[in-house]
Amino acid sequence: MNLFKLISDLEQADPEFLDRINPRRRAFQYLGHAGQKITAAAVPAVLASFFNRAYGQSSTLPTAVQKVLTLALQLEYLEYHFYNTALGISGLIPSSETTGVTTIRNDEAGHISALRGVLGSAAPAAYLVTDYDYSGGGGTGTGPTASALVPNGAGNTNGALFFAAGQAFSDVGQRAYKGGAPTLNTSSTKDILEAALNIHSVEARHNSHFRTVRRAIVANSLGSAMAPAVSPYDAAPKSWINLVDNGGPTAPNGSKPASAAYNAGSPAASYPADSNTTQAGVDLTTINSTYTASAVSEAFDEPLDPNTVQTIALNFTSTAGKAKGLFQQTF
Amino acid sequence: MANQHLLHEQQPAKADLDRPLYAPIKRRSFFMYAGATAGATALVLAGCSKDDNNTTPGMLDVGTGDGGILNYAYALEQLEAAFYAQVRTSSYYMASGTPAAVKQVFDDLALHEAIHRDFLKAALTANSITPLKDLTPNFSSIDFTTLNGILSAARTFEDTGVAAYNGAGRYLTNNTFLGLAGKIVSVEARHAALIRDMITYNSFVSSDVVNTFTPASGDPGTGTPSLTPGNGNPVAGGERSRKPQDVLSAVNNYLADGSKLSANSYS
Repeated sequence: MNLFKLISDLEQADPEFLDRINPRRRAFQYLGHAGQKITAAAVPAVLASFFNRAYGQSSTLPTAVQKVLTLALQLEYLEYHFYNTALGISGLIPSSETTGVTTIRNDEAGHISALRGVLGSAAPAAYLVTDYDYSGGGGTGTGPTASALVPNGAGNTNGALFFAAGQAFSDVGQRAYKGGAPTLNTSSTKDILEAALNIHSVEARHNSHFRTVRRAIVANSLGSAMAPAVSPYDAAPKSWINLVDNGGPTAPNGSKPASAAYNAGSPAASYPADSNTTQAGVDLTTINSTYTASAVSEAFDEPLDPNTVQTIALNFTSTAGKAKGLFQQTF
Repeated sequence: MANQHLLHEQQPAKADLDRPLYAPIKRRSFFMYAGATAGATALVLAGCSKDDNNTTPGMLDVGTGDGGILNYAYALEQLEAAFYAQVRTSSYYMASGTPAAVKQVFDDLALHEAIHRDFLKAALTANSITPLKDLTPNFSSIDFTTLNGILSAARTFEDTGVAAYNGAGRYLTNNTFLGLAGKIVSVEARHAALIRDMITYNSFVSSDVVNTFTPASGDPGTGTPSLTPGNGNPVAGGERSRKPQDVLSAVNNYLADGSKLSANSYS
């Protein structure tokens, strides 16, 4: 039996096999040691130990890590079902934008798959579209964004309200991942941290695209990323968050259903509003006269705490979802 | 031998094996050595033991620990800020026909990156970590006369920045620093997505930067769960993070001699 051959084959089948083994340097030392001393009979045990390191799931995940990942999973389902439902409604999404929304939907499905894989047996049962209330009514079905999934419904010409809601969901998502990252930063969960960071930046990319589409809708230039942002950026936003984006998108009833997505969490000192201009104790507007509050606020996205995330998301949770405990973890 | 097909084309000469390795041994190289002969195992161990050699001739090393990662970020932000500053003085930007909306984007990006740069320098100083020197860029390979030339380079800088922050997070032990990196990286991702959409609409998460995923119909939870960070495939639907040395080998193409960087303590 040739251990190196086995590991080589494993690596060929799974190019990241060695990366799964953490820390890497110890793996090399271990292999070197193995090459000198381990007999053929012992090889299966060596491999089993590698597999446990590489693929072992969840049974030993710290509770705090598990909760953060579960909240992330619940948010991913919220997004997935929203985009997936929209793609199935004829006439809702302009044809020039279906490719982008499909890509985003697929990414969310990937995030769900990845998070379920990390959570393993601790993952909740799959959440269904009926667990969510995309009207923002918290189960009434008659909230301010009720027409977001209605083709040419109130405020929804060219899917304007749909894209507004997508912007809000993905901003809550990126703020939630950002808020959760420190909890994932334990010496035994560095791979999970990196995975979450890799999802976090994709949420930000999605959000940037939604904002680009919203500018195009206002400028009547769908299918192009060249439309100008229009101050105060609630209807035709920049691809980044300017201050609090004037409270975010406006609903057909005149309300600002996503304002909490840009406001401070709790405690505000740790989870400030997106208009924050002080980082690590430095008020960045004071270090250069061109660094306006607008510019500084755009240059940093702020984290959101899990309780505030849940409060926001419960507005988009149906009675059925609430009965399953959706967005009701104790943090 | 049986795993001959796994070997790279160029087998190192014996003399090469005896030399110290300046960079930590690469994963594939490891198999190249390991597969060669049984005796190679000893050489692999010898190579590994040289891992903590922290200097590479002609390179500035970003340092060690959390401070080294902050300096690494500072270096990347210096480069981005210098790039957009040059964009704003370029013939393309100054031309009368350049759309205001495009100029607004470059104005914003220049400000964001300059703010990141100055913030990181302030944070380094406040934490008693010596900031890297002011780096001298080399943008001679960039075409600043056309929108496509500028966008193409911007895409490289922004995508690289996102992958770099994502790959560096694991090396941070101070959660304040991790939080700050998180606040910056999502803004870099916003930049990257817009630049990419400006080049080719709907390319904001293409497969060169994101491990794109196609769900089985019906159940978004199906498919093979993937948790494989590092250089290669990240999580399903996740960004492809990159390790510091991998990033710097690309970034050094835009730095002048004397400003080229290494990050030897992060393997």
